[in-house]
Amino acid sequence: MTHTVESTVEHLDRGPLNRDELAAIVARGIPAGSYVNLGIGQPTTVAEHLDPAAGIVLHTENGMLGMGGQAFGDEIDGDLTNAGKIPVTETLGASYFHHADSFAMMRGGHLDVCVLGAFQVSRHGDLANWHTGAPDAIPAVGGAMDLAIGAKRVYVMMNLFAKDGTAKLVPQCTYPLTGLRCVSRVYTEVATFDIDSTAGEVVVLETFGIAVSALSERVEIELVTR
Amino acid sequence: MSRTTIHTDAADAVAGIADGSTVLVGGFGMAGMPTHLVDALIEQGATDLTIVSNNAGNGDTGLAALLAAGRVAKVVCSFPRQSDSYVFDELYRAGRVDLEVVPQGNLAERLRAAGAGIGAFFCPTAVGTPLADGKETRTIDGRDYVLEYPIRGDVALVGAWKADTVGNLLYRKTARNFGPVMATAAKLVIVEVASVVDAGQIDPESVVTPGIYVDRVLNLSALSDATEAAS
Repeated sequence: MTHTVESTVEHLDRGPLNRDELAAIVARGIPAGSYVNLGIGQPTTVAEHLDPAAGIVLHTENGMLGMGGQAFGDEIDGDLTNAGKIPVTETLGASYFHHADSFAMMRGGHLDVCVLGAFQVSRHGDLANWHTGAPDAIPAVGGAMDLAIGAKRVYVMMNLFAKDGTAKLVPQCTYPLTGLRCVSRVYTEVATFDIDSTAGEVVVLETFGIAVSALSERVEIELVTR
Repeated sequence: MSRTTIHTDAADAVAGIADGSTVLVGGFGMAGMPTHLVDALIEQGATDLTIVSNNAGNGDTGLAALLAAGRVAKVVCSFPRQSDSYVFDELYRAGRVDLEVVPQGNLAERLRAAGAGIGAFFCPTAVGTPLADGKETRTIDGRDYVLEYPIRGDVALVGAWKADTVGNLLYRKTARNFGPVMATAAKLVIVEVASVVDAGQIDPESVVTPGIYVDRVLNLSALSDATEAAS
């Protein structure tokens, strides 16, 4: 089962999570036996924290199930990379398939979980993670839109607060959208949230170094506790 | 006698590609990128091309070199912006190349649709996003979909691992990526492979791309000295 809590837990005896701790918390939320896509960049670090005994199989959009860890030295093979074009290894039982199959697998609802980064997530689970909308930005979407609407559960892994202090969990996204009502859970350095996209309800599962009351004052959405 | 021809000279393999062609180029980053064929296309000189590929070139070679040579009018891809896509970035910012950004799965499925004779398809990807602007939508069983059209190529350039003399193909690891769908979606399909074996030497049960899709094979293990010296 997905890691969940009976009632909201405030961890006040510590500060916010660092990136490594955040990756470990996301890993804890992935059920044993899941087929999982970890996107590119920061979410790929979740792989380092998965329990090898949990039987979790990693999918990479460029056509592979059973992806192993990053390849180093003699292991590096230019024909074997992850979605971020970083050389990786294969695990026993791995399989390869072409791009249309890889995305059919995704779009067809066969992946249990994907983990993506985000610029913003709305209280209804709308996701913005591909384009800042800046006039000089070169838009690049990759597989983000396909993953966002394809995986059974979409986890977002991000800092809750942008560099200017504003929260990235928002009433409504202002950046161009990646997908509508697709995010089910948000993992951040200060709290983990479940999103009920139909009700637009954001439930705080855990906080790290901040009380829910203090957190509520820093976001523009209503936070619900269990 | 198979219709597929085996080539040992890259210039022969890309002969006849016309100005204004839509060229599908396989590869995901450099994995599966048909670098010899792209280099030969630069030499061949066709221009005003529309390039359909996942990325818009890396570094200074391959697609980036084709772009730098001013041969590309438009790029259709999912992820142009990368750490080493400076050639594309500069041309795009200077307004010298058009860009159509397509979600990666839509790129693959639109190519698949072209090869499979599908007129168009309703897809849930990109609903409610700027990439669905102006496109027809339909609600089916309570879910919203966007109408997407096939992407057909005049030419496909594909990097595979091994061919036999009738054009059956095997790929290697994640270098397979767009190759098999692009091979179905173009009028002229040109493949570069590390080696060519006799018909019968590839297990029929293991063939990934059947030879019916493959027009020309460039055998990299038998490149003529002239081609090798030029590459």
